Amino acid sequence: LSHPSFALAIALLLPMQPARADEGAQLAATCTGCHGTNGITVGDALPSLAGQPKAALLASLKAFKSGERSATVMTQIAKGYSDEQIERIAAFFAAQKSQPKAGTTGASGAIRDPAAAGASAVPPGAGS
Amino acid sequence: MNRRQFLLHAAAGAIVAAPSTGSGQGASGAAKVLVVGAGYGGATAAKYIRLWSDGKVEVTVVEPAARFVSCPLSNLVLGGSRKIDDLTLDYRGLERHGVRVVQDRVEAVDPGKRRAQLAGGAALTYDRLVLSPGVDFVWDRLPGMQKPGARDRILHAWKAGAQTTALRAQLEAMPDGGLYVMTIPPAPYRCPPGPYERACQVAHYFSRSKPKSKVLLLDSNPDVVSKGPLFKKVWQERYGGIVEYRPGFLTVDVDAGARAAISELGDQVKGDVLNVIPPQRAADIAVRAELADANDRWCSVDFLTFESTQSPNIHVIGDAIQTAPLMPKSAHMANQHAKVCAAAIVELLAGRAPNPRPMLTNTCYSFVSDKDVIHVASVHAYDDAKKTLLAVSGSGGLSSAANELEGVYANSWARNIWADSLG
Repeated sequence: LSHPSFALAIALLLPMQPARADEGAQLAATCTGCHGTNGITVGDALPSLAGQPKAALLASLKAFKSGERSATVMTQIAKGYSDEQIERIAAFFAAQKSQPKAGTTGASGAIRDPAAAGASAVPPGAGS
Repeated sequence: MNRRQFLLHAAAGAIVAAPSTGSGQGASGAAKVLVVGAGYGGATAAKYIRLWSDGKVEVTVVEPAARFVSCPLSNLVLGGSRKIDDLTLDYRGLERHGVRVVQDRVEAVDPGKRRAQLAGGAALTYDRLVLSPGVDFVWDRLPGMQKPGARDRILHAWKAGAQTTALRAQLEAMPDGGLYVMTIPPAPYRCPPGPYERACQVAHYFSRSKPKSKVLLLDSNPDVVSKGPLFKKVWQERYGGIVEYRPGFLTVDVDAGARAAISELGDQVKGDVLNVIPPQRAADIAVRAELADANDRWCSVDFLTFESTQSPNIHVIGDAIQTAPLMPKSAHMANQHAKVCAAAIVELLAGRAPNPRPMLTNTCYSFVSDKDVIHVASVHAYDDAKKTLLAVSGSGGLSSAANELEGVYANSWARNIWADSLG
């Protein structure tokens, strides 16, 4: 039972072998509460991260981290990540498609837009 | 356990679970995850397990409510600048990811048989269970709230929905010159800045529509629990003469008929509207499953996987957990717990070790008027030596002052986290 190949054999017998979320995907997922699944951002208050050039994303993140670029939240968040982690996050968002596939992402019709629904509380610029 | 034993253990688990796929839940052979609760935590976990397993893991969510109502932004309903419909979403987005959404309530869990019993009579088996049940209230700490009719008259509005609109109606019906009294429970409770944001929203409404009316906060805690200096500045500068803050008022009972909060010292404070936010703990299902080990209230978890320390194959996320240091019970945090948990479950079901370096962020916005907002943000990383998630030194922080730009970002946050969790 202790032979390594036995464990391997059992693993190969598993009825499924799911894909995995690599570390870049998992790190990027810490951003997507504000920036949308896979960096496809809803609304126009923030730019979409998906498909932006890696160099541009990296430059922004590093400038937030150093404080060279000012922000309300991102200067505080960027300081929580190592340069290596920032590199992986930038690479992940750069590799995403900039437009959502119909019906498969958070930008789909399931999410009602309060601005479009006529709510008066959304400040100018927050709606789409 | 070394890695080889771990693999064997994981593989054996999958094989033992295999016969249960004959129960008619879906295609045979696929690993099955059952998620209890489709709030910010449960919905996100369900969606991301589907995404990160490439649709290979079957995911079923059991949720009593037909629709999702967001707690974040619900204080704006009390302030009058939002309607509850603006914060109400359906679960079709989850279904588009292949998640099976069952409207029912889980009554009991049998960890040995890996089976959950639903109120509607069905039983569902699982390979791994994710509990994201939120909080329930510790009513026995407030004997007067157990009397007939008390909970219809004295509202909490701490779970968004009918309670929120009913409290708004009480505020609208209150004559000008009236007193709104809110009791705040001892921390930890869901949404640390929430009571203080609510005070701002009610004061905002009064300042516009009922300028002779007052807001009185009776806080069980010794000081404002979150964003203290920022809230106090707003109360002084914007709502001077409207908001009064009384710390160290531990509410131990309520006289619902008189609309009075009663302190441990016997002080009685009456309001024209009394809003009691009760003491909280992990929701009933987590307590019944014997997972709430921390002070009999909260569920301890392994922060690499969010697996319960009390029962294998059961993961707990969201407000129900015993939090790591400086980790708030927030919607954003629940969304982040869910992703660490989802990634770990996909790995564990495949017989692989979970990511040893999980990270989380948190951003909580509070509206101090209909437009102006303050935030608190933090970043948390797993610490190998302490085996917990710790706030990363030098990161995180607060707004310098309330401002309209963050109001724009707060609305953007809501739309994006709704999309990320449910879309």
